[in-house]
Amino acid sequence: MAQVTFLEAIRQALFEEMERDPTVVLLGEDVGVYGGAFKVSAGLLERFGWERVIDTPISETAIIGAAVGMSYAGLRPVAEMQFIDFIACCFNQLTNFVAKSHYRWGAPVPMVVRGPSGGGVHGGPFHSANPEMYFVHTPGLKVIYPSTAYDAKGLLKSAIRDNNPVLFFEHKFLYRRIKEEIPAEDYTVPIGKAAVRREGRDLTIISYAAMMHTSLEAANLLSKEGIEAEVMDLRTLYPLDREAILASVRKTNKLLVVHEDTRTGGIAGEIAAIVCEEAFEDLDGPILRVTSLDTPVPYSPPLEERFLPNAEKVAAAARELARF
Amino acid sequence: MNVSLTRQQHLELYYYMKLNRMLEEQMERLFRQNKIVGGLYSSLGQEATSVGTAYALELRDWMAPMIRNIGALLVKGFKPRDIFTQHMARYTAPTLGKDGTSHFGDLKERHVVSPISMLGDLIPVMAGVAMAGRYLGQKIVAMTWIGDGGTSTGAFHEGMNLAAAQRAPFVCVVENNQWAYSTPVRFQVPLRDLADRAKAYGISSYIVDGNDVVAVYTTSKEAVERCRAGEGPILIEAKTMRMKGHAQHDPAEYVPQEMVEYWKARDPIIRYEQYLTEKKLWDPKTKAEIDARIERELQEEQEFAENSPLPPPELAEQGVFCEGCHTIEAQWERPIEEVMPPKSSVRPEWTVKNFGGIEVVEGRTPAPTVGLSGDGRKPPARAVGKKAKSGKTVGRSKVRR
Repeated sequence: MAQVTFLEAIRQALFEEMERDPTVVLLGEDVGVYGGAFKVSAGLLERFGWERVIDTPISETAIIGAAVGMSYAGLRPVAEMQFIDFIACCFNQLTNFVAKSHYRWGAPVPMVVRGPSGGGVHGGPFHSANPEMYFVHTPGLKVIYPSTAYDAKGLLKSAIRDNNPVLFFEHKFLYRRIKEEIPAEDYTVPIGKAAVRREGRDLTIISYAAMMHTSLEAANLLSKEGIEAEVMDLRTLYPLDREAILASVRKTNKLLVVHEDTRTGGIAGEIAAIVCEEAFEDLDGPILRVTSLDTPVPYSPPLEERFLPNAEKVAAAARELARF
Repeated sequence: MNVSLTRQQHLELYYYMKLNRMLEEQMERLFRQNKIVGGLYSSLGQEATSVGTAYALELRDWMAPMIRNIGALLVKGFKPRDIFTQHMARYTAPTLGKDGTSHFGDLKERHVVSPISMLGDLIPVMAGVAMAGRYLGQKIVAMTWIGDGGTSTGAFHEGMNLAAAQRAPFVCVVENNQWAYSTPVRFQVPLRDLADRAKAYGISSYIVDGNDVVAVYTTSKEAVERCRAGEGPILIEAKTMRMKGHAQHDPAEYVPQEMVEYWKARDPIIRYEQYLTEKKLWDPKTKAEIDARIERELQEEQEFAENSPLPPPELAEQGVFCEGCHTIEAQWERPIEEVMPPKSSVRPEWTVKNFGGIEVVEGRTPAPTVGLSGDGRKPPARAVGKKAKSGKTVGRSKVRR
């Protein structure tokens, strides 16, 4: 068991899948000689060659389009967005071509679209986005957003082996900030399963990606005050693990959802609706949300701090909820 | 390249064009009887382009049709019942009623990719198919069509550029039918010839009379084989005319009458019938036999469609994801060891080479069988040569290479 960063875990997943399966290829901007803007694909070109690690023109639509064509011909392409914000450039390919392919005419699209996402690194309005909900809302796409190195590796492997298009968001704040011991042998993490990161009896905090760590931090603050929060990590946003969500709410009777995505149309709204439909009788208080503001992600540090949730904001909402 | 057709092939071209036309005439009748669920798009006048281009493909080759490429689907082996049932939204349709028109395909046998309504998006997809085919060692060519209007999309540019940068075996047929819905081509594109688009990608192009099926076929065959040999993408502009409106609801009153008359006089099927007679490739009896066969087939196929059920409502909930149904296996036609370490390993660096007196940064070879410009093999063929004169019939074909 070796200590690896979140980024290294992702690199290992790519490396091991390309080693295992000759149909796995990687394409994107600067993924080859340069090894990717964040060095996620460092060393892959050297090992797997020009045909399997493809530096493309700055053409997100063509990257996704070519990946679809490759998957139709039997390959399992992994397409990189240099920053996930640029996924907006290929929105049509993803939502109209990729997502509808299997439903419309039975053509499976086994491909992965991955890239660095999220804020907290002062990237400004175009290098900090959390665009996951556009795609959670699009039938036909699976959406993964891990928070640990172990999950990042295991879920990326599952995504590559899945027969459907999978969007894999890599929170760049986590790339080099978290380190874990992960097994040396091959393992996968199932898509669509949430994980309880901390047991608690007083309320449930549901979160994912970088905000999962913020939620854990808040839970530790709350614990000192005698409030025991259960922290759930969604890991996959589509398909959503409804059973796990409902089980935790039925146990604690109170729900707080925390996400870095902006407030309106974020997954908190969907989770609140599910809980109201399925477990209304179990609730002892309102379902609360801590999210980013409904604004673009601002650049200057005090502005971005105001924009983002943090442990104090999460703890404050949890205290309010605990009073019910 | 010397491309020739046997008598049998000549007659097949006629069969497919005539089948294309009569099938669509039949569908117009069905439309008037309210038996077509959605819209109906006519390819009247464009049959030679659809049929002649697709006829240049082999079964192993891939294609992605557009809305007006019913003829290409027929050439690739789909049956009139597939077209009827698609338009009538029946459960027996290739998409089981989930999508309509020409929006269907077949990955396994016929290698046909379904289009979507958004124009241009097929170009990068088929570039990807071509890249994958080359990677797997298959000697395949991927072809798709795009209208004059569709060449203005960003996806067209991104796809053409990627295909060219990768020198993928990809043929793009620009079906210049003069109109993007109601907007004439000269108001969309400041070019006399859309084939000039190819210059921007450093690839070869052809201009062909899209209403001359033999010219379309011979040009396409040459392009397909050049592509297969590793020359990289090729663009073919077929000059033709959309003889009906954008769809059934559109009477196309915006098209000047003299333009309609000009193209009517160049109807691809009438021209080809005269050609077959002049060349003594058939007699009135043969023509009558083929026409009767088509009529018989269409009658049976239409009956099949009309007797087919609509899909069960619960089908609406099924098939968003593929769970356990994926059976597309990569067909390797080269040793897998070539793409696996240690054979696949390279020095990950760019190198500077003297290329035509200019120092350029190069150093990559997308595939061992195909040279990239500047990798020491031959440079890309440039589109030069005669231009077709606007407003005149462009002869049998103008080939530009």
